[in-house]
Amino acid sequence: MSIYVNKDTKVVVQGITGGTARFHTKQMLEYGTKIVAGVTPKKGGTEVEGVPVFNTLQEAVDQTGANASVIYVPAPFAADAIMEAVDAEVELIICITEHIPVLDMVKVKRYMEGKKSRLIGPNCPGVISADECKIGIMPGYIHKKGHIGVISRSGTLTYEAVHQLSEKGYGQTTAVGIGGDPVNGTNFIDVLEAFNNDPETEAIVMIGEIGGTAEEEAAAWIKANMKKPVVGFIGGVTAPPGKRMGHAGAIISGGKGTAAEKIRTMEECGIKVAETPAVIGETMIKLLEERGLAEKCKTH
Amino acid sequence: MNIHEYQGKEILRSYGVKVPNGHVAYTVDEAVEAAKKLGSSVTVVKAQIHAGGRGKAGGVKVAKNIDEVRTYAEEILGKVLVTHQTGPEGKEVKRLLIEEGCDIKKEYYVGVVLDRASSRVVMMASEEGGTEIEEVAAKSPEKIFKEVIDPAVGLLPFQARRLAFHINIPDELINKAVKFMTGLYTTFVEKDCSIAEINPLVTTGDGEVMALDAKLNFDDNALFRQKDVLDYRDLEEEDEKEIQASKYDLSYVALDGNIGCMVNGAGLAMSTMDIIKHYGGNPANFLDVGGSATAEKVTEAFKIILSDPHVKGIFVNIFGGIMKCDVIAEGVVEATKQIGLEIPLVVRLEGTNVDRGKEILHESGLNIVPADSMADGAQKIVSLVK
Repeated sequence: MSIYVNKDTKVVVQGITGGTARFHTKQMLEYGTKIVAGVTPKKGGTEVEGVPVFNTLQEAVDQTGANASVIYVPAPFAADAIMEAVDAEVELIICITEHIPVLDMVKVKRYMEGKKSRLIGPNCPGVISADECKIGIMPGYIHKKGHIGVISRSGTLTYEAVHQLSEKGYGQTTAVGIGGDPVNGTNFIDVLEAFNNDPETEAIVMIGEIGGTAEEEAAAWIKANMKKPVVGFIGGVTAPPGKRMGHAGAIISGGKGTAAEKIRTMEECGIKVAETPAVIGETMIKLLEERGLAEKCKTH
Repeated sequence: MNIHEYQGKEILRSYGVKVPNGHVAYTVDEAVEAAKKLGSSVTVVKAQIHAGGRGKAGGVKVAKNIDEVRTYAEEILGKVLVTHQTGPEGKEVKRLLIEEGCDIKKEYYVGVVLDRASSRVVMMASEEGGTEIEEVAAKSPEKIFKEVIDPAVGLLPFQARRLAFHINIPDELINKAVKFMTGLYTTFVEKDCSIAEINPLVTTGDGEVMALDAKLNFDDNALFRQKDVLDYRDLEEEDEKEIQASKYDLSYVALDGNIGCMVNGAGLAMSTMDIIKHYGGNPANFLDVGGSATAEKVTEAFKIILSDPHVKGIFVNIFGGIMKCDVIAEGVVEATKQIGLEIPLVVRLEGTNVDRGKEILHESGLNIVPADSMADGAQKIVSLVK
């Protein structure tokens, strides 16, 4: 089992004729992801990597039965692309695009209220269930099938954690990048809940960073609800206040959103926080050994 | 992006938000001219820098006549102001706002920000004007009132009224306060602000509600559709290295350590700084080369890192996902040759085509110290710069 995406997920690529999208469509197809359609206005009737392109998302969904979409549309048009997918009732929408104006995302979130879709991202690496389905831009080969769930606000830091786990023989169920923007679709708690309910997931790695209070809220949720061991990591202990550290959401403002505060809260809520990014894997393995889960989770 | 107070007031004025009359001045003569044009009995001379706390640092003076305007303008122009937001090196004043003084009855606070938890824009108001809102929030949070705004309908009049009553704006000025708040919200959404803060908002003896100060920051991601805001950009207020980095689409933040970092991905870049610190070193910068670094980009990144005279060593930490390690390795070799690097360079490569990448570094014959992992690399660079 896995969460959100599996071997049956049928994906439509929004903005498929762009350079980045073409490249990743090929990568996803090679990984085994079922890409059934692409959308680019005015390019309907053409093909990319053998995938049929449609003018509108509704048309793509009607004709192919796509139930997930991945968005590579440029930032000025990305919010519209998300809402087009929401309107077509696509179950899972994964937005890779970064640099979307935050007020566009405020509108998107309002538009999504009461609708059926789940949005992951924007500004995220995507979602991957090892050996089943890869939607996004992550390097597929570092992911191994197993029992650890991974959630993260950062792309490369997720690869770092996944790589450490895989190298030591601990595969993953699903890795979800929720993105580095201040307003995003799916938050830590949504994903934690999904992992908590997933019978295959035995333990969870949660990677956060400075800015906002999403990690603190997630920690409180974990304390109250989580049945599985959680290892955490927070990037940005040395980040100066008032400076945006690459991600739009990674900023300490008004003394809020510091790494120290997040780490303190997470530890108080029973999360084992890795001391450095280099020991996320080790910290998880130690925790699994303590809980008698190591053998069960060792997959290769 | 930040702008100056006088520019913020220009924008607010265009949205019907009341601000005192005033003019910008780059020289003492211009300041005197501006004061004459205003013809007010009291004139305020205000230093224009991209930082708060100017009053306490001596950057704001009240002049009772033209001679005093001249004296204060001479005193403040060219002065280096050190405030809690400038850092110890301070900022040189190159522009002044010459503004008519007003008869302040009472000071308030009104601010518009993004509330990440609710994914909505929020307007906050408080009776504790003139004090930093963070301080009020820490000491007496009950004095801050908030209205969460539905983007479908915007700030509704009853919400603005509720805020105005909560902070005890006198009844006869409620309508003016509502107009003020509505204009402020409209500015925020139409100009893609990230912060629009009025501290203080004042009521005056002649029955006005106006913005005595204005802090407007903008969402960098929305500047493509805010050309007029972009015109307000003052490059002299920004770090030269950060400007250079932005030209090449590199995300760079200057820090005060001596180990330069070049990393791909924001999260990994932050964590690389952290791990350097963990092993007893001090990072000189945050630098994310992004997911599509070319040899040219890597070279520029090196140049920017090296333009900081404090840098005594460089740590390159790359997790090549889609970006291939051999491309990065070629970039590093090319940059090293071009620049003639004389300080220690530690490179950790992981991910796609890592073996080829390591070969390229080795074959180059350059003095590059390879690292097997992030921890190994951090330890090596820390010991090399000591």
